[in-house]
Amino acid sequence: MFNKGTMPFTSVADVKARLATAGYLASDAVATTVFLASELGKPLLVEGPAGVGKTELSRAVAQACGAELVRLQCYEGVDESRAIYEWNHAKQLLRISAGHDESWSEAKSDIFSEEFLLPRPLLSAIRNDGPTVLLIDETDKADVEIEGLLLEVLGDFQITIPELGTVTATQRPFVVLTSNATRELSEALRRRCLFLHIEFPDADLERDIVALKVPELDQALTDSLVRVINALRAMPLRKAPSVSETLDWARTLVALGADTLTPEVVSESLGVVLKHQDDIDKARTKLDLDAVLS
Amino acid sequence: MSTQLATRLVEFVEALRAKGVNAGPSESIDAADVMRVLGLDDRDLLREGLAAALVRRGGQRDVFDQTFDLFFPVGVGRPEAAREAGEDLDVQQIRELLLMALLDRDPRTLAQIAEIAVDVLGEVGQPGTDTAGWSAYQTIDRLQPQTLIAAAMAMRPGGGTGQGGQGLGTQFTDRLARDEVRQGVEAFREMVQAEARRRSAELRGRELVARHAVRSSRDRVDFLSANRQQLEELRRSVQPLARVLATRLSARRRRRRRGKIDMRRTLRRAMGTGGVPMKPVFEKPRPNRPELVLLCDVSGSVSGFSSFTMLLTQALSAQFSKIRVFAFVNAMAEVTEIVRDGAVSGGGDIEPRIRAEARITKWHTSSDYGEAFLDFQEFFLDAIGPRTAVLILGDARNNNQNPRFDALHEIAMRSRRTYWLNPEHHTRWGLGDSEALAYAEIVPMHECSNVEQLTNFVTRLLPV
Repeated sequence: MFNKGTMPFTSVADVKARLATAGYLASDAVATTVFLASELGKPLLVEGPAGVGKTELSRAVAQACGAELVRLQCYEGVDESRAIYEWNHAKQLLRISAGHDESWSEAKSDIFSEEFLLPRPLLSAIRNDGPTVLLIDETDKADVEIEGLLLEVLGDFQITIPELGTVTATQRPFVVLTSNATRELSEALRRRCLFLHIEFPDADLERDIVALKVPELDQALTDSLVRVINALRAMPLRKAPSVSETLDWARTLVALGADTLTPEVVSESLGVVLKHQDDIDKARTKLDLDAVLS
Repeated sequence: MSTQLATRLVEFVEALRAKGVNAGPSESIDAADVMRVLGLDDRDLLREGLAAALVRRGGQRDVFDQTFDLFFPVGVGRPEAAREAGEDLDVQQIRELLLMALLDRDPRTLAQIAEIAVDVLGEVGQPGTDTAGWSAYQTIDRLQPQTLIAAAMAMRPGGGTGQGGQGLGTQFTDRLARDEVRQGVEAFREMVQAEARRRSAELRGRELVARHAVRSSRDRVDFLSANRQQLEELRRSVQPLARVLATRLSARRRRRRRGKIDMRRTLRRAMGTGGVPMKPVFEKPRPNRPELVLLCDVSGSVSGFSSFTMLLTQALSAQFSKIRVFAFVNAMAEVTEIVRDGAVSGGGDIEPRIRAEARITKWHTSSDYGEAFLDFQEFFLDAIGPRTAVLILGDARNNNQNPRFDALHEIAMRSRRTYWLNPEHHTRWGLGDSEALAYAEIVPMHECSNVEQLTNFVTRLLPV
């Protein structure tokens, strides 16, 4: 059991401050859970709508702690050879044909050595000597079998390579799994993780985020922008705008040189925030944009 | 950790479990670790920390928060704000305070007013007897916060926030203001309920209040008895499920199917056999577009369920294009267009339109599955091909008409898969005029009365 935290955080407030320097404004929920995940040495399972900064969080943690970020992007069909390690067969063949007159056992011990190993994200995260943040992105996209694999790796932080022996983590990596809940992750995997559901930030936090990322936008406009976004989120849309859309919109407004949020401006730039034509139509009706324009 | 605290924690976890948050011993240990690390100084941090350890999925957070408030209350007895304000506040004064707080949109003040309001207006029963308690209903009823919305709108300073008196701009944020005040009132209502629960819990014991006053988690709300607000919440949880459901129904993943050879993986595998490709690796077949046919009972006996059905169909049809929806009471009518229009305009109520425009009844108005299946067989059978998945949604209560198993059998035979989702508890299947058990022999039937069961159906029971 690792009693020391995996990341050098001293308190929840410290997490917040450090993440802020990395350009990530964390809510209480996020900061607390990150702190706990680090202290208890447990993986962190992050769920939430697309674009609220799930992936961004691990990048920020890595940056804030000077750790290396290792990323495993999951997709349908990802397997051991893409996730853990693979032998470099081509190189092995070359090596065998190069050395003609050596005995079998010599060749065998040689071709199954470090040199011919292609480490994939999980193995490189575990072998890394320095502090590491391991991001397993979109875990729900991977097949169920991969979860079994992850259980083993995340449980003991060790990987057994039959030819080389067992590799154990010298320093436990800070693990973040993200999921968009397109598939229910298995109970066993959930059990091993701390769970964090990132929701859309509240109005104050979102204002701060906009102010941090798009400082060119003036205070009053930011205020109305966040209010409109919140109104949009309350509507039954196919894809509610998330933080990344808010920021895109803020940048668009800066580019347009708008100084107040008029129906014309909203109407012109709505396409930045809403990505489906149905949603745009719906928002127009609800916000009465057409009525005002005509 | 002190024994007292440990006991409290275990009771808390037990209360959560009773509400459908399945936290086991390992979660309890995590939670204890969380308490050790965070300490008990900051209640908000503790709340988030315990949530991280005990809640394993979205949708359970409401239950967690309400139960947390009971087991780790802010304070004991009359809250500070109420003590300071004293007894001399009457309804009118509290309303004025509330109005100001709504205008300021300040959650902290709102919470204090909720405490005062429950203290002054919410007391019910005889103090010192079993009937004593604090009622959120009575508080809200006396306070009538919803009537404050208009007043708040009238009092709003002309320009909104920093809109500079420009005509159109002013109007624009005004449009949002009304909704924001309404949200404020909603939040206030929640706070009053939480406060009433807390005060009552002190009188009657936490376990009792947790069992009865904490709402069940969203996943467990029964479709048949869901109210409007719950349906709204259901909509949110159904949306992602619909997507999963549609992909699952359409997924055809026969491995090693003939098809395009995946060169990269074939060569890589060949390395293991000395560069000789012994076994070709085929590319995974792309998932087909789903061909989905939905048959929905929209009769009165399943009205709550059919609202849910419509939610699900709307979500599905927004997600995928190859879907046909049929509604019936005792006549089958295609409603694909209506559902699609409804999904676009977002107005939740497409049921009235279906009733008005589609011919879903014949000479009587009670549901008749046999007749409806027969209709389908006669007019729409070509909607089902060998790649179609059929989903039937209904309670299988046939009003003692001829159930026409042959028609259902025909539908099941022609489709690739047919499933039946029944909103009734399975113990009631086959009782009275229910033909559920007989139909269940023809097509697999699953109980589906809440989101939890739907999730279960979608993620576990559907073969991939």
